[in-house]
Amino acid sequence: MTERPVLLDIRDLHVWFRVYEGLSKVLDGVSLHVREAERVGLVGETGCGKTVAMKAAMGTLKSPPALFPAGEVLLTGKDVLKMSPAEILNMKGKTIAMIFQDPLSSLNPVFTIGQQMFDVIRYGHRRTSNGKRPTRAQLRSSAVEALASVRLPDPERMLKSYPLELSGGMRQRALIAMALVNRPRLLIADEPGTALDVTVQAQILNLLKALVKDAGIAVLMITHDLGVVREIAERVYIMYAGQVVETGPAAEILDAPQHPYTQGLLASVPRLTGGVLAEGIPGTVPDYTEAPSGCRFHPRCPHQMDRCVQRKPSLAETSTGRLVSCYLYSEETDE
Amino acid sequence: MSEPILGVENLVKYFPVRSGLLHRISGYVKAVDGVSFDVQPGEIFGLVGESGSGKSTVAKTVVQLYELTSGKIHFKGKDVTRLSKQTSKWFRREAQMVFQDPRSSLNPRRSIASTLEDPLIIYGIAKSRREREKIIRTLLQQVEMSSRYMYKYPSALSGGQRQRVAIARALAVNPSFLALDEPTSALDVSVQAKLIGLFVRLKEELNLSYLFITHNLSLIRTIATRAAVMYVGRIYELGPVDRLFNHPVHPYTKTLIAAAPVVTQEEERVKPRQMSKEGEVPSPVTPPSGCAFHPRCQLADSVCAEKLPELTEIELGHFVRCHHVALSTADEGSSE
Repeated sequence: MTERPVLLDIRDLHVWFRVYEGLSKVLDGVSLHVREAERVGLVGETGCGKTVAMKAAMGTLKSPPALFPAGEVLLTGKDVLKMSPAEILNMKGKTIAMIFQDPLSSLNPVFTIGQQMFDVIRYGHRRTSNGKRPTRAQLRSSAVEALASVRLPDPERMLKSYPLELSGGMRQRALIAMALVNRPRLLIADEPGTALDVTVQAQILNLLKALVKDAGIAVLMITHDLGVVREIAERVYIMYAGQVVETGPAAEILDAPQHPYTQGLLASVPRLTGGVLAEGIPGTVPDYTEAPSGCRFHPRCPHQMDRCVQRKPSLAETSTGRLVSCYLYSEETDE
Repeated sequence: MSEPILGVENLVKYFPVRSGLLHRISGYVKAVDGVSFDVQPGEIFGLVGESGSGKSTVAKTVVQLYELTSGKIHFKGKDVTRLSKQTSKWFRREAQMVFQDPRSSLNPRRSIASTLEDPLIIYGIAKSRREREKIIRTLLQQVEMSSRYMYKYPSALSGGQRQRVAIARALAVNPSFLALDEPTSALDVSVQAKLIGLFVRLKEELNLSYLFITHNLSLIRTIATRAAVMYVGRIYELGPVDRLFNHPVHPYTKTLIAAAPVVTQEEERVKPRQMSKEGEVPSPVTPPSGCAFHPRCQLADSVCAEKLPELTEIELGHFVRCHHVALSTADEGSSE
């Protein structure tokens, strides 16, 4: 595979929040990148910091309460954390688009799908054609084209419908159409389809995959569902308590996880082939105001060693394309 | 087979749809339309289906949170279809329910102890305060929770802990049957795995039987002995999980299994061929004629649109509702 240029590059990002209890150190040196036209999964359980990482990438984390003691978020080479609000707005229209978990709450119930689509198109237009406003006919045709591309039946009528008149699957399709209508280079998808039924979810995921493949759009898919990741992502990052513990080709990691956390997580997933279910991972996710030192997984890890407590292991290559942050796999020693 | 603990015969539950100024009944949501199954003692019987299939309504009707429209329910050999005052008290102790979202099923303004105390008072299980406290400690122990949570409020607990409290509340009256309605769907997988372990242990320790409702097929495969697949108010396939997953017959069952998100390659290999066209679950207010799956089914022909197929036993304990049973079974070979 030829290496495509890097689109989003998060480097050693630390994000803290000032809270009543003290300093909540949520992200502890997260590094991840997404190349052009690459489909990447960011996986972790509730509260692992995946949404914080994504919000940082979108430039939507307000500071305060957020603090960025270290790290940078480079989007096409420019640091999002240092951008002015105007620059962020500009970037959002052009480079990044997002879709969310619950399609109903991300659509405005009192406007028709058409009105909301026109808004999005107008916004994108302003960014590309130096303030020249698109005509009504232009708006219509691009909206209809976008709705047809997500295989919504009768797009003309769809434009006049209100979100409540559509089914969950149709709403999600409409949202995908809106997200892709301005041809972003990166699509951030936060648990798309989780609120839908499995058969509909499968249809949506297939559609999304086909669309981004055709258009060469990169995807960063944020999810807790390992099955969804397998469907969509080529590469995957596994996050635990604000640290990336393992990254590599999705299928490889899911078939043979190496980090003890990933192993525990995968052993907890019931299988279609049956078999005995492991009893989860002992302990619970730590509190970020007093996060464990070193590798944050050490209090729950069956292979805990002294150095795990002292220092966070760096991501070391264990096989082609696979990086694992664990002393079990690295020769790193304390100096 | 021994005497089932729960027998459900032709269960029907319609909800009236009211409209207009006078709120006249203008139609019915046929949430459950003739469902029959039984749960054996010590069994985990799974009910799977997508939203709107009526699986939760079945659970709520079975434990009589809803009054059924027609049909029969037997529990431990007794007819409990219409509850008298006496049988009501007995039945409601025997059959309990655990809901999906522990955030909404626990009262946020009441401590764990106060939540667990209620059933003990209502059923006169423990008269004195001290006795109740002792029982509550045992209950928390049973769900593997420290008794230091006794005087905490639900907001101080994690999702998994809240669900444990909900289970403890169900166990407070010593039931022999639990209807579990998506009890782990709101939780992370590692937490879900712990709760599933707990459910299995409790079943052994306390001789319980479960009706386990979920949309997660892999979960049903892992824990249930038998399962039924529901679609728009009816059962379309029922059988031992081994049969259901290794040799699914109904096109809808195949579709459902094929659509299940899986994590390993091994699972990908055992998936049957997708049998559906694009489309969504129809509304139970206006269900399709004949076989409800026919608008999405690749095998559908004119008969399917006209006549509802019977639920037929094609092998011992394996029932299928499809006009094309022969066709769907023949297809099996090619998918493997």
